[in-house]
This record gives sequence, C-alpha cells and structure tokens, in this order.
Amino acid sequence: MATPVLEVRDLAKHFNLAREGLSAGRRTVRAVDGVSFAIAAGETLGLVGESGCGKSTVGRMIMRLIDPSAGTVTLDGTDVTKLSRARMRAFRPRLQMIFQDPYASLNPRMTAAAIVGEPLLVHGVARGAELRERVAALFARVGLRPDQMALYPNQFSGGQRQRLSIARALALGPRLIVADEPVSALDVSIQAQVVNLLADLQDEHGLAYLFIAHDLAVVRTISHRVAVMYLGRIVELAPTEDLFNAPRHPYTQALLSAVPVPDPSRRGAKRVLPQGELPSPIAPPPGCHFHPRCPHAVERCRSEVPALRTLADGRAAACHLLD
Amino acid sequence: MNVATEPVLAVQGLTTGFDTARGRLVAVNDLSFSLARGETLAIVGESGCGKSVAALSIMRLLETPPALILGGTIRFAGRDLAQADEATMSGLRGAKLSMIFQEPMTALNPSMKVGLQIAEPLMRHRGLTREAALARAVEMLDLVRIPEAARRAEDYPHRMSGGMRQRVMIAMALACEPDLLIADEPTTALDVTIQAQVLEILRALQARMGAAVILITHDLGVVAEVADRVVVMYAGHKVEEADVASLFARPRHPYTHGLMRSVPRVNAPGRASGGRVRLPEIAGIVPALDQRPPGCPFVPRCPLASARCAEMPPLAEHSPGHWAACWHSDAVGQAAGAGHA
Repeated sequence: MATPVLEVRDLAKHFNLAREGLSAGRRTVRAVDGVSFAIAAGETLGLVGESGCGKSTVGRMIMRLIDPSAGTVTLDGTDVTKLSRARMRAFRPRLQMIFQDPYASLNPRMTAAAIVGEPLLVHGVARGAELRERVAALFARVGLRPDQMALYPNQFSGGQRQRLSIARALALGPRLIVADEPVSALDVSIQAQVVNLLADLQDEHGLAYLFIAHDLAVVRTISHRVAVMYLGRIVELAPTEDLFNAPRHPYTQALLSAVPVPDPSRRGAKRVLPQGELPSPIAPPPGCHFHPRCPHAVERCRSEVPALRTLADGRAAACHLLD
Repeated sequence: MNVATEPVLAVQGLTTGFDTARGRLVAVNDLSFSLARGETLAIVGESGCGKSVAALSIMRLLETPPALILGGTIRFAGRDLAQADEATMSGLRGAKLSMIFQEPMTALNPSMKVGLQIAEPLMRHRGLTREAALARAVEMLDLVRIPEAARRAEDYPHRMSGGMRQRVMIAMALACEPDLLIADEPTTALDVTIQAQVLEILRALQARMGAAVILITHDLGVVAEVADRVVVMYAGHKVEEADVASLFARPRHPYTHGLMRSVPRVNAPGRASGGRVRLPEIAGIVPALDQRPPGCPFVPRCPLASARCAEMPPLAEHSPGHWAACWHSDAVGQAAGAGHA
C-alpha cells in the first residue's frame, strides 16, 4: 500500500468500572484491545461486528472524541493522539465523522445552510458571498435543492438529513471520513441512494473511509477491505471479496452464515450458527474470546490468545486453528 | 367453506385513519388479506407504508381518538374485531391473539419476574393455578431455549440480554397457544447471529403449535427465510400479494421490483470486485400522509408511470394467488425476468 492516509496501531481503550462491594478489585473493560489497520486514499475499510465488539469506540478514538488508553492513530504521518488541543484543531478539517442518527448530530435550531457552512466559517475558510456559494455547491453535490438551504433539520426526511451531514463533513475537504452506521436508520430504497452518493464522493475526492456497520450486505457493497471485530479485537482482516467468498475465522463464518439472504430458493441452506449468547464485554472468556461459541474450539483456545497473523494467502486472521 | 379451509383471519377492506390538525389522514387504505392456520404471512414495506397501523388495527391497540377504523371487517374467531368492544378484545389478546414487538421492554413489566409475566395470561385466560402457571412458564422458557429456565424464571427483565428478552416475549405471547401471532419487526433490534436464533425458535414453535403468524418487517432477507406468503404495502395500499417464491422470482409491481433491486446483498459482489457496482435506487421518498397523490401512490417515484396511473389501478391476479395493483405490471414482470433475478 502507498503511504496510508490513516494508520492505527495497537489501539486500545480500557474503561474502569466501579467496584462491586468492598472486597472486589477494580474491574476493567477492554472495549478495544490492540487494534491495528491502515487505510489508503480512495479506500474504504469496512469495520463490522456485533453489539459491544468495540467498533464504534475505534471510530471515536480516531476522531479523538475519546482518548485511547494505548496505541497510535497516525493521520498523514502525524500521530494525532499526542497532539495538543490547539494542534488537533488544525487537524480537524482532515478528518470528519458521519453518524447513524443525523437527527441527533444536526443542531435543530440552525438552518441547513448554516449547518453546512459552519465548519467553513469556524475554520476561517470562507465567509459572506463566497461562503454562500460554497454551501450552494455542496448542496448541489449531495443532491439537495437550493430552496432547501433555508429549512431546518426537522423539515428534512431521514435520507435528506444524512445528505446534509455528508455535505457538512465534505465542507473542509477532508482526507478521512469515519462513517458510523451511516445508513442503518434509513429505509432500503433511501439506503441505496446514500451508499451510492458516498461511493461517488470517494471516487471524486480520493477520500479514505472507515465504514463502521453491522449490516454485512451494505459493507460488502461499499468496502474494499473488511475488518471483523469480536469483543474488542480484530479477528479477521481481508480484501472484501476474499472475506465474503471464503471467510477464514470461525466467527466470520458464523456471522456470514447468519445473514438472511433475500432469495427464498436458498431457504433451508445449511447454517453454522454460533452457539449461545454474546458474552458480556465486562467479563470476556479467556484465551480466544470466541471459544465458548466456536464449533472448532480446542484446549489451546481456552487459555491462549491467538494473535492476528498474516496467512499464506495474504489475509489476516486470529485463530489457532489456522496456523 | 368448510372448517378445515376457513381462514384464521380474514381482513376485508380495512381502512384506518387519524384525525389530526391537518384533517383526517388515511394510513391504511382498503386493505384485504387472509391467513390460514399454520401459515406465515409477511407484510413488507418501508416506514410510513401502514404495515404497523394495520397490525395495531387488528389488535385494536390504536388509541381512539385520534385513530379510528373507517371501514372494513376483521373476521377472527367468529367475530368482527373491527366492531368488537374492549371487553371482548381483552378476552382475546394474550389468549387467541398475541403480538410481539421490536423492543421487548415495551411489552415486559420491568418490576416483575419474567416467570410470573409468562404465567399471568395462563392464570387469567386458562384459569391455571399460580403453581401450574409458573410451571408452564418454565416449560415455555425452555421451549424458547433459555438455558437454566427454572433459574431464569426468577430473573427480572433487566438482567437479560436483548435476545433473551425477545425470547421471553415470545414465550409470553405463545403461552396460551394463540391462533394468531402478530410479530412486528421482532428481530430488527437484534444482532444478526441472535436474529437467526430467534427466527429459528419462532419457526419451531409455530410448527409445534400450528399458529398463524403475521410477520411485519422491512427486511427482505427475513421475508425470504420465513414467509409463506407476502403482502407488499406502499403508502397505505396493498400493492402486491403473492406466495414468497413467486414474488421473488417475478415481482409484478414496480415498487416491489425496485425494493428487491436496491437491497444490498451479502452474497453479491460489491465494488471491490472491480468496476463501479452501484445499488439501483428508487428515486425520491415515500410521500407523507397528507401529500399522497391521487391515483397510484407510487407515481412520483415510478419509472413506468404514465397518464393512466392518475387512476388507481385495481388489484389484478397475474397467476394463481399472485396479485398486483399496477397498470404496467406486465412490463415489470418482463424487466424482472430479464434483469438481475
């Protein structure tokens, strides 16, 4: 890979929990535990996993909405985890975030034009007539009409609100966009519009995307590579088509097998569903976190944490059975 | 019609509206369908299509006012539920007629042990003693595959994961072996591996008890997995109905066709496979309740729309049991047959 836009190395986030009772020691949740990956310009890395796997926490650490407990986040060669607040401010234009619920992330008392123009104004990029012009161009690019500039967020549909947050994220010409479940609150027909828009914008601007989602079909559609997380760790990282056509890690296999396919002729196809519940991230199983639900687990899996290793085919997986 | 083939539920011309400051808005418009014992009917559509309002109309759980059933009949258990009073309905709900929701905490009492919550309808409707009902509740928890059912019956809902709560709600809804279960997005809030478990449990229990199920969902994958028959709704209207194989093989309404094409597929290559793989879009958005055009409601988004569509097309039968409300449904069939499949 050419010099990546983003490189994340050994990223970790540990939360301390309150003591339970007098004798109990302090307990720590390892929400993210040693996560590493890189994303190149023009590339989408899909980050998938079920509730509590830590995927959103990874996104928030990259944005520095929360500080990592360990590890580095390198953007265009600079480790942003070490930057002061003032220097971080200078980096902000390069990384932007899109959230699941555009309702919660857009100020309801600002007009659409003010929302999209705010980053340009705050960073002193444009004002007055030039600001209005640039906002109008952003509106046009994301498929909103000029007459919608004076409206408030509650006057937009869910899909239009997501277009609005995309326009705002684009305003400062970012290098990286962290998109956390950007289409999961949208209806299917609207989802397709927003996914296509994100893909077009990436092709036009060479944007790097970290696309965080639980919907594997959407992730397959938009991602070039995919990382699968389970209880704080990446268990598999591979080019999209390799991962979906022949998943290597037993958890990835189970996850893909559980997705319902909109094709009734495939009904009754054999499934390898993981057994039991997702364990609590507060007390994950020792060794490989997946071992209690894994159909192939052996003794070693119960005690020894498997490292994420590059396999012979160039993909990476964390499983003792793939050694 | 003899007893064996008589439908469990027959909805005819159901029309439900809301009185609002903007006047009377119709959310469900002339909806008809029926359901046989043991059958699973999926009602599919996007936000605002009327699928949940239809379900709540059948359950008579809509608050009146502002909601009111403006017309139609809901034949169930020898009665017309559209005309039934609240006493009749509370005798049916939880006994012959049950509903489960997307968010189990809306149906579960947070301050009551789950065993007792499952036992309650058994005491009320079946006249079981508390002891017998509690024993049956543990059996039900076991049936929905909750491990250590006897111990779990003593837990409060907040002690359980989302997937377990959903299973508790299923146990509660099925405790009295209802004739009809309405499941409104029952797995939408669940992780995909837990969704697969819950759907499997629902399927197994339905087979065992012979209940008819109405599954309300926006997820075509779930529909393909579990439904026998499908009703597609758009802007309050039933626009298509077919058995599941026929619907997916050859949709006859442009909305159904658009929906199937725009859904991303986990088994279809994405853009990483080279080139620009685009999801086919349905242009525009679902019209608001007070902005529905006369005639076919899909016209503003429809690639096949013509002058004729200003008149609402009737439901027409294209093959046995496959109905669609579209003047151009033959063109849809052609496009689908030649297209992605």
